[in-house]
Amino acid sequence: MNTNKNENPLKKVCIICAKGTIEDIYATLVLANGAVMEGIEAKLFFTFFGLDAITKNRMNKIHTSTVGNPAMRMPGGLPFPSIMGMLPGVEAGVSAMMKSQMEKLDIPPIDEFLEMITAGGGEVYACKLAMDMFKLEEKDLWDDCSGVLTVGDFYAMCGGENTQIIFT
Amino acid sequence: MAEKTIAGTAVTVNDEGYLEDPGQWTKEIAVEIAKELNIDLSDKHYEVIHFLREKFMEGTPLTIRKVGKSGIVDIKEFYKLFPGGPLKFSSKIAGIPKPASCV
Repeated sequence: MNTNKNENPLKKVCIICAKGTIEDIYATLVLANGAVMEGIEAKLFFTFFGLDAITKNRMNKIHTSTVGNPAMRMPGGLPFPSIMGMLPGVEAGVSAMMKSQMEKLDIPPIDEFLEMITAGGGEVYACKLAMDMFKLEEKDLWDDCSGVLTVGDFYAMCGGENTQIIFT
Repeated sequence: MAEKTIAGTAVTVNDEGYLEDPGQWTKEIAVEIAKELNIDLSDKHYEVIHFLREKFMEGTPLTIRKVGKSGIVDIKEFYKLFPGGPLKFSSKIAGIPKPASCV
């Protein structure tokens, strides 16, 4: 693998998270943390249901969906019937199981993960329009959130050479 | 893989300059590699480096989070000590392989 001979390396990633499931939020957080670990600047923009990841009373209650997810498997690999996913408690149980698997790999809970990213210089922003839609105020957001932005503000941050916008 | 002389000692390094054999590591080598990365080693740096070597020898996979929980530095300080790549630079200076970690 030729990883170190890139003469035109990536400098900044701007990552948009619009969904509030474990997999969507963690994809965002892993990409952002991986960036700052490599010395790449990272800006995170949370919008729509993605706002749950940075909303104080929601951020540690994130679930994965057990219906409408054909990739879902039982432990052991058998298919997971969608009708089971509808039963009360199943979504919570599956989500707890997923989180414990992640903990084993040293993947932290959302609040701690956000702290790791900001410790490395990453910045976390909320979408103004989605905040208005969900009737959220700044005080509802995670304390170290850097601010609330319009789309225009966000794009203004995405300038500079070797910058990529990523939509998870 | 290549032979290289660092601080007067012949060592084997990989394509990215990481020591192939952590047993060849010395403090002088650490100082030289750190210099290449524009890092001046302080006592705090050495504490982190010794922690990494110890964990590596135990076979524990290394992550930024583990260093943050080591009691030596928090994650913010870790970034300050090794700017631009805390885990990979500290591992390189510590003479251990580049951690294959995404966290």
